[in-house]
Amino acid sequence: MKKTTFYNIHEKLGAKMVEFAGYYMPIQYNSIIAEHKAVRNAIGVFDVSHMGEVFVTGEKALDFVQHITVNDASKLYPGRVQYSAMLYPDGGIVDDLLVYKFTDEKFLLVINASNIEKDFNWMQQNNKFGVELSNQSDEYSLLAVQGPFSKEVVQAICDKELDMEYYHFFESKVAGIDMIISRTGYTGEIGYELYFKGTVAEAEKVWNKVFEAGEKFGIKPAGLGCRDSLRLEMGYCLYGNDIDATTNPLEANLGWITKINKGDFIGRDVLLKVKAEGLKRKLVPISSDEKVFPRHGYDLTIDGKKIGAVTSGTVSPTTEKPIALGYVDFEYSKEGSTVNFFIRGKEVPAKVVSLPFVKK
Amino acid sequence: MNVPENLKYTKEHEWISVNGNIGTIGITDYAQGELGDVVFVDIDSGLSEIQKNQSFGTIEAVKTVSDMYGPCGGKVLEINSKLADSPEIINSDPFGDGWMVKIEISDMTELNDLLDAAAYKKLIGG
Repeated sequence: MKKTTFYNIHEKLGAKMVEFAGYYMPIQYNSIIAEHKAVRNAIGVFDVSHMGEVFVTGEKALDFVQHITVNDASKLYPGRVQYSAMLYPDGGIVDDLLVYKFTDEKFLLVINASNIEKDFNWMQQNNKFGVELSNQSDEYSLLAVQGPFSKEVVQAICDKELDMEYYHFFESKVAGIDMIISRTGYTGEIGYELYFKGTVAEAEKVWNKVFEAGEKFGIKPAGLGCRDSLRLEMGYCLYGNDIDATTNPLEANLGWITKINKGDFIGRDVLLKVKAEGLKRKLVPISSDEKVFPRHGYDLTIDGKKIGAVTSGTVSPTTEKPIALGYVDFEYSKEGSTVNFFIRGKEVPAKVVSLPFVKK
Repeated sequence: MNVPENLKYTKEHEWISVNGNIGTIGITDYAQGELGDVVFVDIDSGLSEIQKNQSFGTIEAVKTVSDMYGPCGGKVLEINSKLADSPEIINSDPFGDGWMVKIEISDMTELNDLLDAAAYKKLIGG
């Protein structure tokens, strides 16, 4: 089992540690709800060092990225980040990822922790462009500083003007340590992610700097538990729950990142066919006014007949209402459609709604 | 980890305090810690009887749902009404305000195979 550079800090803070993707990770420090609210209303800090970082370099770096991902990486310029996905030839999703463009010949792909080995193998297998692929996942620490006060806090410790739009990044120093700072996150709040290499002592120095700067804003360490509830309130997909090798991006509501007309890429042929034939099912946001708690795997029914299944579900810490993502047969996917959560033998009325679940 | 001496425990992390033939049942400090923030306790308001090792309701936490099992059988005398509006008292006071049901124990011998505090502590690795 691997430990991130912040492991000692988590232990000292009394975090509840769980095994996640081969790492000991903090699921919560004290309360998922309190941490969730800290991120929505003030500022929270996540150790997400388990995420994977693969650098793509070489003359044909862009061609490689275009071939292996669904979004149009030719639209990127240095300092721009893009949400994307890699597909199998049958249209199933290998992983969702972030693409960072440094130069025409250098990209960084940030991938899910549970998929690092699979993804890296996939990239190597499909490297017909002679690019260099460097998996630096074990070397990078990653802190996600998220919440309404994150700009003030990151600005206070960063030696460059933090005048950055959403999904942009630059390189800078924090506490004397080289860092990639990007305005990204998976919480729906303004936030920054700090990528850096370094020792445990250096990582702890960065953590302490962030917390010193954030003290007056009520900064809190935040665990993976609230990371999940925060992303679900926004309707963001989680690989392994809402998307996987058996789902295609069009039915998963990822049509907006799938640029079918950008040129050829792995999985495109199947997506063209899916488009022509129409979707059979769709991932939809579902909510209910009942006191009910949908969970991954629960059936969605109409008149006792299964028409889909929940892929992610919880009670929203913000609205205190049940929220879920799930696949339903296409005919029931329209906003306003009524479906039922099937929970312990009972049908509970619910409705297909629009995203995000929590509106600003 | 708080494991009061005067209670009996199940392997599924319920506790029961016994006073004559009246039993009060809740979940342990360890259980609430594992569940995390409790957001709803689902015990049917019409529940009249519970049975040993049978689920008598569910506890919903942010991350997960868990069944509650009867440590022994009995007639339900009272369901903790505070849980409806303040389920979080299970997190803050699992052995006190966070109790769940009071029962009239139907067969005292069903208590015999429950764990004492020392055995329960061992079970949870404390």
